[in-house]
Amino acid sequence: MTVKKEILLSIEDLTVSFDGFKAVDSLNLYVDRNELRVIIGPNGAGKTTVLDLICGKTRATAGSIKFKDRELLGMQEHKIVRSGIGRKFQTPSIYENLTVFENLEISYPSGQSVLGCLAFRRSAAVIERIEKVAEMVFLKDFLEIEGAFLSHGQKQWLEIGMLLMQDPELLMLDEPVAGMSPAEREQTAVLLNKICENRSILIIEHDMEFVQRIAHKVTVLHLGKILAEGSMADIQKNEKVQDVYLGH
Amino acid sequence: MKKFYQNVFGGTQGMIGIILLAILLFAVLPLTLDIFRLNLVGKYLTYAFVAVGLVLLWGNSGVLSLGQGIFFGVGGYCMAMFLKLEASSVENTAIQSTPGIPDFMDWNQLTQLPAMWVPFKSLPFALLAVVLVPSILAFILGAAMFKRRVGGVYFAVITQALALILSLGIDGNQGLTGGRNGITDLRTLLGWDIRTQSAQYVLYFACGILLIGCILLSRFVLSTRVGRVLLAMKDREDRVRFSGYDVASFKVFIFSLSAGMAGLGGALFVLQVGFISPSLVGIVPSIEMVIFAAVGGKMSLLGAVYGTLAVNTGKSLFSETFPQLWLFAMGGLFIAVVMLFPNGLAGLWESARDRLKKMKAQKRPEIPATGSVAVPVPAELAETGGKP
Repeated sequence: MTVKKEILLSIEDLTVSFDGFKAVDSLNLYVDRNELRVIIGPNGAGKTTVLDLICGKTRATAGSIKFKDRELLGMQEHKIVRSGIGRKFQTPSIYENLTVFENLEISYPSGQSVLGCLAFRRSAAVIERIEKVAEMVFLKDFLEIEGAFLSHGQKQWLEIGMLLMQDPELLMLDEPVAGMSPAEREQTAVLLNKICENRSILIIEHDMEFVQRIAHKVTVLHLGKILAEGSMADIQKNEKVQDVYLGH
Repeated sequence: MKKFYQNVFGGTQGMIGIILLAILLFAVLPLTLDIFRLNLVGKYLTYAFVAVGLVLLWGNSGVLSLGQGIFFGVGGYCMAMFLKLEASSVENTAIQSTPGIPDFMDWNQLTQLPAMWVPFKSLPFALLAVVLVPSILAFILGAAMFKRRVGGVYFAVITQALALILSLGIDGNQGLTGGRNGITDLRTLLGWDIRTQSAQYVLYFACGILLIGCILLSRFVLSTRVGRVLLAMKDREDRVRFSGYDVASFKVFIFSLSAGMAGLGGALFVLQVGFISPSLVGIVPSIEMVIFAAVGGKMSLLGAVYGTLAVNTGKSLFSETFPQLWLFAMGGLFIAVVMLFPNGLAGLWESARDRLKKMKAQKRPEIPATGSVAVPVPAELAETGGKP
């Protein structure tokens, strides 16, 4: 702990209860700038709920979520996104009827009001950015293909690409390699290491081998609370974690 | 200029569609039909304004409104109020106890023109109101519902209830609205008699031109980023929201636009048919308009026009011979369209065209078929990616 790191996202005492059941219970979590953090935990630990709370999909019961020192709780979803947070869903959420190009174009972060959209033109800058992102997510040769015709892994990449279009400072990915072939996982790991150079990434993942390859730091959630936090090596040694999760 | 052509007319193919429709509306029908039938077609075309709006709202945005009759009716009433005031001049109504006010007000013992009616003495105000009042009404209703995330079936049911409420409200306020009989005995527009044959021809053509104008405006909107956002929203609303869009504002916009078009249609209905009544506002017409759009193909702007013409022509012919059976036929038609031809007439036309193309391609095998899409093979791609 020699270098003082800048905190990008700080979650404090975050609680959400659904009819008395606390899915997330007094959670404290801090993510630094340019950090790649992985959240693991058994089913029902509240992992996805934490992402839902950050992006405004679920409303918190108590606590605070500060992003760049601005309170996110109570903010409208699209405003949270515009402040610099991108979210990928667990099942690939892409637009099946639109081409890869159009899918990426929709996420281009300007002219997103109704009037802005009426006046929006496909400028050279927009096209250049789309092509650059498409190349990063291995879809350069598929720009004119409709989303419905992509393979499952390609859909996952496309959604990551859509988030990269927004150039968010915090990228949240919910199980990005679920359903991918080993070769695709490999490519995704390279991709994630590349894109975290100038942004923070928060990932939920079950595949331990994959986590080991990418994580800077791992947080283990259990019953809505943090069970352990540290490097992958520390986590693997932790007996409590082995009990609830890793040992099986 | 080329860009404008591409966006508004939809390129060569879109242009051909518009030209064919224009030939049908402005040459074939006026030359083959007598004025009585042509006036009927003109009436059907006013419903097509609503159907075109439903293509935007339902087909392209996935928001089904079962209350478009509200906006058609409000636009119609705005127009009718102006025409009624002009028809109720002091000379024309000298026998009333209060001359100078519409006849039904006199029957209801009103002695003064209600404040709501006063601005409708001005034609420019009335013409603006025809489009703006429905749009603003839709804006308010849309903002109230979409911001609260009311959607899908709930939205459909609420709009249907609103249509019923409005028709009952008009029905119940006889002194203000003419009640169940509606506003009748409309005669002149700034002194120009709208009941003559020549006026009916002029109004028919005006109606056709405005309808094509609405189609072109809709094409333009759909060609912009708004069109793609709407399609994306229909598919994955949450993804659009979490890509930084205020989803509700897009729905409000398209709802208001479709309402404005419906209002224009209502006004043209009043001009051509010469009356408006609450029966044109309620649930039944609202649902009929959805059927017109469904039969035409809910994604096709031009299809909406053909669907409206086809169903209404069927209605006229059928109900002249078997008046009781028409409603069953209409219900059956709707079920058939939903089950068998989900893309309506436009879908049938497209599949016929594709089949023709395929036949041509088979005759000349040296030219590869254009319609097929190369489905990417993931394994191929995985090979190209190297290890770090």
